[in-house]
Amino acid sequence: MVAQNIAFGVIAAAMVVAAFRVVTTKNVVRAALYLVVVLAGVGAQFILLASEFVAVVQVLVYIGAIVVLFLFGIMLTRAPIGKTVNLDNDLRRSGLLVSLMLVGGLVYVLWDAFEDTELPEDGTLFRTSEVGDSIFSTYLVPFEIISVLLLAALIGAIVVARRD
Amino acid sequence: MLLNQFLVLSAVLFCTGVYGVIARRNGVLVLMSVELILNAVNINFVAFAYWHGDVSGQVFALFVITVAAAEVGIGLAIVLLIYRNRSSIDLGQMEQLRG
Amino acid sequence: MTTMLENVWVIPAIPFATFWGILFFGKRLPHKGAELGIGALSLCFALSLVTGAAWIDRVDNPPVSDHTTEQATEHATGGSEIDGTEHAQVAGGDSGTGIGVLGAAAIEEAEEHIAVDAVVQQWTWWQNGGIEFTVGTMVDGLTAMMLLVVTVVSLLVHIYSTDYVGGDRRYTHFFAFLSLFSASMLMLVMAENTLQMIVGWELVGLCSFVLIGHWWEEKPNSDAALKAFLTNRVGDIGMLIGVITLFFAANQTWSIVEINSMANAGQISHTALLVASLCLTAAVMSKSGQFFLHTWLPDAMAGPTPVSALIHAATMVVAGVFMVARLYGVFWDGFSIGTSNINVLAVVGGFTTIVGGVLAFVQADIKKVLAYSTISQLGYMVMALGVGAWTAGLFHLFTHAFFKACLFLGSGSVSHAVHSFDMVKDMGGMRKWMPHTFRTFMIGSIALAGIPPLAGFWSKDEILAGASQLGGGGDGYPVVLVMGFITAGLTAAYMTRCVYLTFFGEYRGHTPVEKLHESGPRITLPLWILAGLAIVAGLANLPGDSIVPDGWALRFEHFVEPTGAYFPAISHPHFSGLTALVSIAVAGLGVAIGYAFYFRQLGPHGLTQRSTVAKAGYTFLENRYYLDHLYTGVIAGGTKGPIARAAYWTNQNIIDGIVNGVGISARRIGLWVYDKIDQGIVDGTVNGLGLGAGAGGEVLRETQTGRVQQYASVLFGSTLVLALVIALVIV
Repeated sequence: MVAQNIAFGVIAAAMVVAAFRVVTTKNVVRAALYLVVVLAGVGAQFILLASEFVAVVQVLVYIGAIVVLFLFGIMLTRAPIGKTVNLDNDLRRSGLLVSLMLVGGLVYVLWDAFEDTELPEDGTLFRTSEVGDSIFSTYLVPFEIISVLLLAALIGAIVVARRD
Repeated sequence: MLLNQFLVLSAVLFCTGVYGVIARRNGVLVLMSVELILNAVNINFVAFAYWHGDVSGQVFALFVITVAAAEVGIGLAIVLLIYRNRSSIDLGQMEQLRG
Repeated sequence: MTTMLENVWVIPAIPFATFWGILFFGKRLPHKGAELGIGALSLCFALSLVTGAAWIDRVDNPPVSDHTTEQATEHATGGSEIDGTEHAQVAGGDSGTGIGVLGAAAIEEAEEHIAVDAVVQQWTWWQNGGIEFTVGTMVDGLTAMMLLVVTVVSLLVHIYSTDYVGGDRRYTHFFAFLSLFSASMLMLVMAENTLQMIVGWELVGLCSFVLIGHWWEEKPNSDAALKAFLTNRVGDIGMLIGVITLFFAANQTWSIVEINSMANAGQISHTALLVASLCLTAAVMSKSGQFFLHTWLPDAMAGPTPVSALIHAATMVVAGVFMVARLYGVFWDGFSIGTSNINVLAVVGGFTTIVGGVLAFVQADIKKVLAYSTISQLGYMVMALGVGAWTAGLFHLFTHAFFKACLFLGSGSVSHAVHSFDMVKDMGGMRKWMPHTFRTFMIGSIALAGIPPLAGFWSKDEILAGASQLGGGGDGYPVVLVMGFITAGLTAAYMTRCVYLTFFGEYRGHTPVEKLHESGPRITLPLWILAGLAIVAGLANLPGDSIVPDGWALRFEHFVEPTGAYFPAISHPHFSGLTALVSIAVAGLGVAIGYAFYFRQLGPHGLTQRSTVAKAGYTFLENRYYLDHLYTGVIAGGTKGPIARAAYWTNQNIIDGIVNGVGISARRIGLWVYDKIDQGIVDGTVNGLGLGAGAGGEVLRETQTGRVQQYASVLFGSTLVLALVIALVIV
């Protein structure tokens, strides 16, 4: 248990720091790289929560595909690769206020609801096959809808970005 | 491990994402912040899946990842289009909704 | 057979389906959608017959299973006690016979009250906050009877309309709404709960609005439609308040059966029932054209004649009467009908019946004569319900539907030939050219006038018998009884006038004589069917203890009157030779006077020209008691009402003290409302609101920066506030 707690603490700290850098750094490419840290941390948390399949998908899709997409986006929009001064707008203060209030409210509500509820030490482990069974039986219809959504997004992205 | 460890981590990530969405000028960075928000939600899903011993939370996390992929695809396409039309992806300059 | 009782919902479903069918595909069909409507109504009629037969079967062989028996015995004892005592009073008052009669009557009544409960089917519509909203059907004798009346009249009106509105601009549209009209009314009569009743009630109102304004291009027609709709809204408020009161008074249930049962069992406070009854009476006054909310009804004649027939005979206006009959437990207790000698419902009905009868005299428009006649006859029905003669009131509804539909369709047939509704200027001597219309119209008139043995006599006589025998202490409702007798004479007289002006005398019209001809078979066939029904419908409830064997007498009462616990233990008037004789004599007198005055030209003709008093009276009547002026005056009073006009207005109204008082106070209230509330408060509020909105817009405009990210911060911030409110305050 202690090992897990330590692992959680280290990863969480890295994630939070990286997340802050994502929203504060003055370098767009660095923001994307910090995002990789956060996403990898999320994957690690998934493993701590005994959800290997989701963790693998997280790494594959987010780090493998989405971050690459972001990098392409940065490249195609010819964003300055180096330091830029004005990546933030004049809403920083209200943004800070809203997010601090949000985190305060959320933490209060969470603590109010769950206090020190322990996670089960040997919780149910779901193998990938069980996850697959669930997707293709209980959640078959949402799955199909999401497939159509992906297709629509694919075509939509091409149509929107096409040069004509 | 406490359940709240994960939930509070997720809350912090979420709020960081919210800050980014509000305060960032660059369209791509705003999209990245949205990804932070979605990941925070995913941590919640998986944490509760583990706590309840129910596979549904994992399935939903997978769905969210899929939708996020679609969202990024479309979002970047839109950002590209904006850049092409205005040679800038500064969201602060887009004020056509002004009343 | 019982399947039909349980699945009676198909009857309104069929015309409802054809409504959409006609609307979407009607124009492409060979007969422009009319065949769909007629087919649907024929089917409905057949199914209604089956329903009626099934109900008769159920009454004859009451189901002995389940809880009905328990309820039956319980109710039988309760019922016999109450009925026994009342019978004793009635019998004692009549002839002073002793205890033997009392016992016999009690036993007889106990047998009568073997409860046959209504067949109720319920489905959950939705649930909210622990309250279940249901939809369903409720079939008992009343429903079965109404189904038959509505489908018969509606079917005949459909057939008639194919000729009458043939070639009209919106022929298809007309038939579509006829279907919807029938469907709404059918749904209303089988409503299982009060909410469903309101839905049917409003749908009927909507359809009448559409159909009255069928030729909306002409201003008076669309005005009339609006007037009908708006006047009905006034009553609808009463309906809503009444129903909501009942909902809370009856332990949060919408179910008609439960509300009535609780009212009968004394589980609802008398005050609540009184309030609900008064509110519902307002609804009846608007829907069933009772004085003083009746003014929309004559104007509704602007619609095509078949619609008038449908509105006045079978659907719209009887909805109010039906509603009272359906919620009779509420009214019975709320107005203490069984024990009082005068109550709101009876007085409203009695007054309306005279008012309508008098107004019918001065109308030149044949349809308006019939319209006022309808008001008068509806007054009879409401009066009957008010005095406790439930069966008589419903029986009158039943017979009236046939002869009034016959008369309306007949007037339409005449006007079809002369292209006018004006009896004085454009008709006269029509019997030569239109023999079928003439004969059927005569039959309808005789039935309406209450001459035996046609239908109107039997039902009217029962109402009068009820008014003379029921009520507290067996003394009857004397005031109402007198009103009823007066109207019986009036009815006979104005119908004589109407028949004379239309069918006798010299032809005064402008259509060339050689073009006058009898209408086609699609018009005369419905006329003859309705005339036939007008002759025989009275046989459905021949009085008991008379010439006919008991198995033939009082069939209507036996089958239609509910016997379940949801119906109050009413007592029944006996056939009284005296009442019948007086009613015949009064009707005969009316006919005689009318005959002498119009046919023989006896009496003071030209009186209205010579005598100022008579002229004033005539003008007063011609202006329909100035009620329309009153209403317009209230609304537009302050703007165009100089004092001179008010003085003149007051003068005119001195003739009738009540209307006078109402008029002046209403006018004063109107002026005051205009000055203080309308100009001061309402205008001020509206202006203030406008200014406030403008200023607020200027301020709020600043927040509309067009910057999505600022919107996002507001969005997240307000979501947080909302979430905290939910988390801290509510949970």
